[in-house]
Amino acid sequence: MHELAIAESIMDIALKAKVDKHLDSIRAVGVRIGVMTDIVPEALEFGFDIIVKDTALDGCCLKIERIPVRGTCRSCRKFIEVEDFVFICPHCASRDLEITQGQELDIAFIEIDDDEDTPVRGMDSNGEENTG
Amino acid sequence: MVKKIPVEKKVLSENDRIAGEIRSRLKDLGLLSLNLVSSPGSGKTTLLEKTLEALSDKLKMVLIAGDVQTDNDAARLVKAGGTDVHPIMTRGACHLDANMVNKVLAETSLDGADLLIIENVGNLVCPSSYDLGEDGKVVFVSVTEGDDKPLKYPGMFRRSSLMIVSKLDLLPHCQFDVATVIENARTINNDIEVIQLSSLTGDGMDEWYRWLKQNIQDKKQAAK
Ligand SMILES: Nc1nc2c(ncn2[C@@H]2O[C@H](COP(=O)(O)OP(=O)(O)OP(=O)(O)O)[C@@H](O)[C@H]2O)c(=O)[nH]1
Ligand SMILES: [Mg+2]
Ligand SMILES: [Zn+2]
Repeated sequence: MHELAIAESIMDIALKAKVDKHLDSIRAVGVRIGVMTDIVPEALEFGFDIIVKDTALDGCCLKIERIPVRGTCRSCRKFIEVEDFVFICPHCASRDLEITQGQELDIAFIEIDDDEDTPVRGMDSNGEENTG
Repeated sequence: MVKKIPVEKKVLSENDRIAGEIRSRLKDLGLLSLNLVSSPGSGKTTLLEKTLEALSDKLKMVLIAGDVQTDNDAARLVKAGGTDVHPIMTRGACHLDANMVNKVLAETSLDGADLLIIENVGNLVCPSSYDLGEDGKVVFVSVTEGDDKPLKYPGMFRRSSLMIVSKLDLLPHCQFDVATVIENARTINNDIEVIQLSSLTGDGMDEWYRWLKQNIQDKKQAAK
């Protein structure tokens, strides 16, 4: 169950982003998870929901995009998508593949409420305009 | 209205940063480091015991033994002649991370060491996401586990440089085909090297020692 540890790392990064970007609240965190990462999305969502309770991210959810294993065959130069971890080119049966996707474990975006009374302009100016 | 703010960041960026520091320190030292992974009980500690008995007068080995709850493995390695053995108790966590390893290495003199081996927690899933700054992962499959193991845990086999087929002496008692396990591993990772051995009978151990010495030499050469 390393999903809990992964969920914690996601929470830490989101909490830091919340402070750094002066956000009131975060509704969702978007993550990209390659299928080669051995992470079970349901377990990750479950773990995340539990650990964010009673933190500044309470109620925030995960939006998970699964990334398939993809790349090109070095023999026939064709684009390939690897299914069921069989790393053999479906076009020419070569095993000499260049894999470019499927290892991702990235945060892609965060989602916030964008309502009228959150003046985006004032957000990173530290209220300097108001002091004059 | 909902607004999306792009944040491009690796989830394990902090782990990867520390692993990068470890890797660059070991690179400067020309010190080979291996991360041993397997299901619980595949024979990692036993192989290390035999390796210590055979090579500790020729090679200076630093060993880190990860375990969830005990330091039994570390105690076994000391008993087998290990002079530089460091237990890490993860207290529940199912994997070692770079920070745990870095804390140990920060307090350890690596001068003159030839080899750093990290025995990870017995688990074929969780350790695979965590880079420890190693040169390579060594994945064990014992013949009692089934020759389809690589297909069940493709992530780990994909990331490993060497597969050790262990407990070879038990082959007559098991439905396990060595050629099949190798074929299965290579559909996932065509470059994976394979050594078959038995720590009990000593069968195949010479090949393991040769592999170690070759890789130690290559790492030292690269540092010059
Ligand atoms: N027959 C036989 N048994 C072995 C061999 N290698 C290890 N064993 C036995 O397998 C059991 C587990 O071995 P360990 O070396 O402790 O395995 P491990 O991978 O370190 O286990 P964990 O650290 O708990 O994951 C022990 O009872 C060993 O004696 C072998 O080559 N042949
Ligand atoms: Mg052990
Ligand atoms: Zn091809």
